[in-house]
Amino acid sequence: MSRYLRLLGVQLRASLAQAAQYRVDFLLGALLSVFWSGAAVTPLLVVYTRRPTLGGWTRPEALLVVAFFTLLKGVIQGAIEPSVTNTVEHLRKGTLDFLLLKPADAEFLVSTTRLQPWRATDLAGGMVLLAWALHDLARPVTLAAMGAALCLVGAATAILHSLWILVVALAFVTVKVDNLAFLLGSIYDAARWPATVWRGALAWVFTLVIPLAVMTTYPALALLGRLDLAHGLGALALAAAFVTVARLVWTRSIRNYTSAGG
Amino acid sequence: MSEAAARLPWGSKALALLRVGLSSAVAYRGEFFVWILTTNMPLVMLALWTRVAADGPVGRFGARDFAAYFLGALLVRFLTGSWVVWEMNFAIRDGSLRTRLLRPLHPFLHYAADNLAQIPLRLVVAAPIALALGLVAGPSRLTHDPVQWALLPVTLAGAWALVYCAMLAVATLAFFAESALSVWELWMALGYVLSGYLVPIELLPAGMRAVAAWLPWRYTLALPLDTLLGHVDRAATLRGLAAQLAWTATFLIAARALWTRGLKRYESFGG
Repeated sequence: MSRYLRLLGVQLRASLAQAAQYRVDFLLGALLSVFWSGAAVTPLLVVYTRRPTLGGWTRPEALLVVAFFTLLKGVIQGAIEPSVTNTVEHLRKGTLDFLLLKPADAEFLVSTTRLQPWRATDLAGGMVLLAWALHDLARPVTLAAMGAALCLVGAATAILHSLWILVVALAFVTVKVDNLAFLLGSIYDAARWPATVWRGALAWVFTLVIPLAVMTTYPALALLGRLDLAHGLGALALAAAFVTVARLVWTRSIRNYTSAGG
Repeated sequence: MSEAAARLPWGSKALALLRVGLSSAVAYRGEFFVWILTTNMPLVMLALWTRVAADGPVGRFGARDFAAYFLGALLVRFLTGSWVVWEMNFAIRDGSLRTRLLRPLHPFLHYAADNLAQIPLRLVVAAPIALALGLVAGPSRLTHDPVQWALLPVTLAGAWALVYCAMLAVATLAFFAESALSVWELWMALGYVLSGYLVPIELLPAGMRAVAAWLPWRYTLALPLDTLLGHVDRAATLRGLAAQLAWTATFLIAARALWTRGLKRYESFGG
């Protein structure tokens, strides 16, 4: 375990060194993140000029959801999406073998070799939104609630990572999946609203199939102290299930992978 | 160009180009439909706004008006979108633009032909949405003015041309800078708010509404949409068309200027 933490440190340092070469990209990323966060917040602000609550959520509470949405978007763009693109490229060129030969877990390597810290400016944007929401909320947040929210963000990251690993596993079969990754990213866009906005079948899909509700609404609820233990544990169990399935599918695809020469 | 090809009339040349574009679009139809599916933001907004309007209308918008609005937004996006900014950016950077430069047709036109050739496939996707829109909106939520109906295709063609020319202008930046696509992302982020994509423009705060009127984005989406839904009168549509044309011309001139300069630099790379 400590070996993998060290390895993660090395990968991160390498990515940062690389990022230092692209300072303009970093600035542009920061600028973009300001505009995208603005675009994400505008509809909510407009809604709340007309209504006091939306689906039982007040403005600062809904802002919390947008904040978690933006934070996780930073994770997707800074870590998850680049790794997928990278792996698909390896597959297409047939250079994945070099990665598989390295003496470390392949899933871990695939997920960390191409971190793009300059794409992760949304993390900062999310923190700003979080601070704004907490300020407007004007209510102290308990340490336990913060811990719970943090756990759930961890679970959300695990679920997102698993979803994208599944997409990569699909790449072993059909190579051309960058647009599938794009599709997944665009579905994630629906996670910006509190889950009570969704009705009927969509509510189910967004809780269990592509658990958007679990990713952004649950951490917000936890921070507000409104998430009961059963739902919290359910979210963690769901994340564990996603990780296990992704792991199984991944090892299976690696085993069947015969490289370009096979 | 061979002698025989040179003697062919323009019409049949254009037709041949479109046919090639269509068959390539059909060949990669799986990819095409996945790309189309990534345009789902209007549906996300539809869910949000109909939920808001469930407790009573917002301005002139009831739940059904919102549904009609965002289905219309989806329709306009499908019909007027193009990918030339990504295609050309990629072609400039990996050098494959060379093959396009060798052809006896300006790449701007060639990409346009590729793009227009997708229209049949786009119509396949757009038809069920248009049907849903018709069912949701009913005759009362669509314009009754035959002149507006006649102007609608013009506003749509204009919206396509405006997006296309803006994309050309941004894509040609790739001759000079690595980050042309980030510029396009900026365009999209601003457009989300200022084109009426997330919120109908008339519901925006007064300040933003005033800004939106002067900027290009609303003429890519809100103009055809307002015309279709009868939210504006003939005079407003005509004024919008004039602004649309002006912005299109501006971007086209910018794209041409950048292209001529960029190409000089580009040739010096390739030797």
